[in-house]
Amino acid sequence: MRILIQNGHIIDPSQGMSGTGDILIEDGKIKDIKTKSREQRQKTRDDDHTERIIDAKGLIVLPGLIDMHVHLREPGFEYKETISSGTLAAVKGGFTTVCCMPNTFPVNDNASVTEFIKRKASQEGHCTVLPIGAITKGQKGEELAEIGTMKKEGCIAFSDDGHPVMNSLIMRRALEYSKAFGVPIISHCEDLTLSEDGVMNEGLLSVTLGLKGIPAEAEQIMIFRDILLAELTGGRLHIAHVSTEGSVNLIRNAKKRGVQVTAETCPHYFSITEEAVSGYNTNAKVNPPLRTKRDIEAIKEGLRDGTLDVIATDHAPHHRDEKMREFDMAPFGISGLENAVSLSLRLVREGILTMDQLVEKMTINPAEILQINKGNLKVGSDADLVIIDTDKEFAVRSDQFVSKGKNTPFEGWMTEGTPVLTVCKGKIYE
Amino acid sequence: MLKNKDLLGIKELSAEEINLVLDTAGGFKDVIGRDIKKVPALRGKTAVNLFFEPSTRTRTSFELAAKRLSMDVINFAIPMSSVVKGESLIDTALTVQALGADFIIIRHSSSGVPHLLSTKVKASIINAGDGTDEHPTQALLDAFTIREKKGKIDGLEIAIIGDIAHSRVAKSDIYCLKKLGAKVRLIGPPTLIPEKIQELGVTVFHNMEEGLKDMDVLMMLRIQMERQGKGFFPSTDEYAKNWCLTTGRLSLAKDDAIVMHPGPMNRGIEIVSEIADGPRSVILEQVTNGIAVRMAVMYLLAGVKR
Repeated sequence: MRILIQNGHIIDPSQGMSGTGDILIEDGKIKDIKTKSREQRQKTRDDDHTERIIDAKGLIVLPGLIDMHVHLREPGFEYKETISSGTLAAVKGGFTTVCCMPNTFPVNDNASVTEFIKRKASQEGHCTVLPIGAITKGQKGEELAEIGTMKKEGCIAFSDDGHPVMNSLIMRRALEYSKAFGVPIISHCEDLTLSEDGVMNEGLLSVTLGLKGIPAEAEQIMIFRDILLAELTGGRLHIAHVSTEGSVNLIRNAKKRGVQVTAETCPHYFSITEEAVSGYNTNAKVNPPLRTKRDIEAIKEGLRDGTLDVIATDHAPHHRDEKMREFDMAPFGISGLENAVSLSLRLVREGILTMDQLVEKMTINPAEILQINKGNLKVGSDADLVIIDTDKEFAVRSDQFVSKGKNTPFEGWMTEGTPVLTVCKGKIYE
Repeated sequence: MLKNKDLLGIKELSAEEINLVLDTAGGFKDVIGRDIKKVPALRGKTAVNLFFEPSTRTRTSFELAAKRLSMDVINFAIPMSSVVKGESLIDTALTVQALGADFIIIRHSSSGVPHLLSTKVKASIINAGDGTDEHPTQALLDAFTIREKKGKIDGLEIAIIGDIAHSRVAKSDIYCLKKLGAKVRLIGPPTLIPEKIQELGVTVFHNMEEGLKDMDVLMMLRIQMERQGKGFFPSTDEYAKNWCLTTGRLSLAKDDAIVMHPGPMNRGIEIVSEIADGPRSVILEQVTNGIAVRMAVMYLLAGVKR
């Protein structure tokens, strides 16, 4: 099968490429890619063997995006999401590679669960699924899981996401031991003794709503601890879903000192504040919690100056019935795959990031952290790409999500820019 | 007229609406002081008490208020209901509505539950206390009692003393008294007064003696025993030594200061018996006024245009 994508504005930071051009795909791989000036443009590769020609004039063509932080819920919570529905949401959102967190049932803390996820993904998945293994058995924070064996089976990183490793010695061991396999440790930074049973950001709003607050310090204390441990051990640390100004400052300083630390944030942390919780909106209940305007500004600055390397979604689908209940009893999480691109494009329109920088944070930066050959349009690479119409206006409507999780705080938002076609290993989704 | 079909909190009420409730309650107080304590105002209507948290005085007060208005009252006993079988909150509320409830009076340990239900049912939701959010009828009866005793609220110096952080009563009182023009201060240990609460326009005192000086009204809060051992204060004994309202401390307030408490009291911990049972205490009058105020709330909500 040959596919020719013509006249799109191609941006591929891995090759320093930005310009109008064509991409030829053959047998699921990038066969040829050329950008050229207007004068040079000619129809050379459009021959009889091409089965599909896509005109991408006026659209941008990017390497398939990588989301290094999603929850696919399978095995165990198929009523929330499955590998099939979650990866379909991914390709609809422009992602061709997703990394799924291990908090399934059973937990992905051993190679047989990893094998199950990989097999399911190859049978029913719509994009590449790279599992993240648990750091500790059962995500209990007590004993290291078989990191080496899981790596061999296909895990690309390790995290006890949502159940932070509270024991500093175990975290130290994880950062040390993982060095043997060259895998990063992804840390959900939260001091559980300080956040206790908090459900939203701590501040005046949590007082007036009568909801228990989670102070920014619960995140920052853990980030600081993990940075110090990374410094001590020389292990590779990746900080998940950064939400506060103080966190950005801690990471910025650590990077200046040369600590091997990278970090991600999510679209909701640079798009909306804790105000979204007003009226007890459980769809805005997420962990870490939505913070303040000041934090948003700091996160944008962190993205701009490179302190924050990656934009990930922390896609956390939940069933409607679980969210339609008492605020403090509803689960944390936002279904994020299907609006990440439009929310992130706002950063470009606001002048925070150039388009190239934004693409880096969703392609080569996560690829480098995870050491995977994804997120580029180099000849010979998997034909993973996304075509985006940056001007297309649309209203966010959760009933049009293909994810089973309709839990979004962006319901009804008018946004601009959306993927119109995704190619994953040569297969077209439109 | 009240604007909304529900009473979710004082936050949502205007000063005019609060005064309307207090004025209306004055009339009902006359009614319940009579020999025949009942009026036919809401005959044929049904009120359901949906209490997910234990309560005696508030539930009884609402029940009596509804009966004094000639309503039929159902007490939905939660431990015996399907809730223990895992029925969702919304299903329970819809079921109660389907049974014909005009008023659903709800108490729940989770903040925001009345707000959630108000969007799901047509009946009037009355918040009888949700988590650490609000307890609006308590604030209204407190305001009614203060107005009755002091003749006004505007300009009064009022202290709220104790566990502010976990108190829905304190929150509703703050909103209510501020809207009516009082100066409000909070007194208690720093662990029980959130720093940010000062942004509501109240002053904070950690020293009881300083805080009580020249107050017109002292509103004591119940210290919840389950807080002990959670690090908020080392012991009830130490709490009492610093923040219990004693006769000596009371003398620091104005000579005609009144003492209030929403009940139930921990005698000897937040208030000594000499004061609770003494001439400055209006604690039992608060209980009586509670019925009149709740009658006023239901009467006025019944008149809200849908």
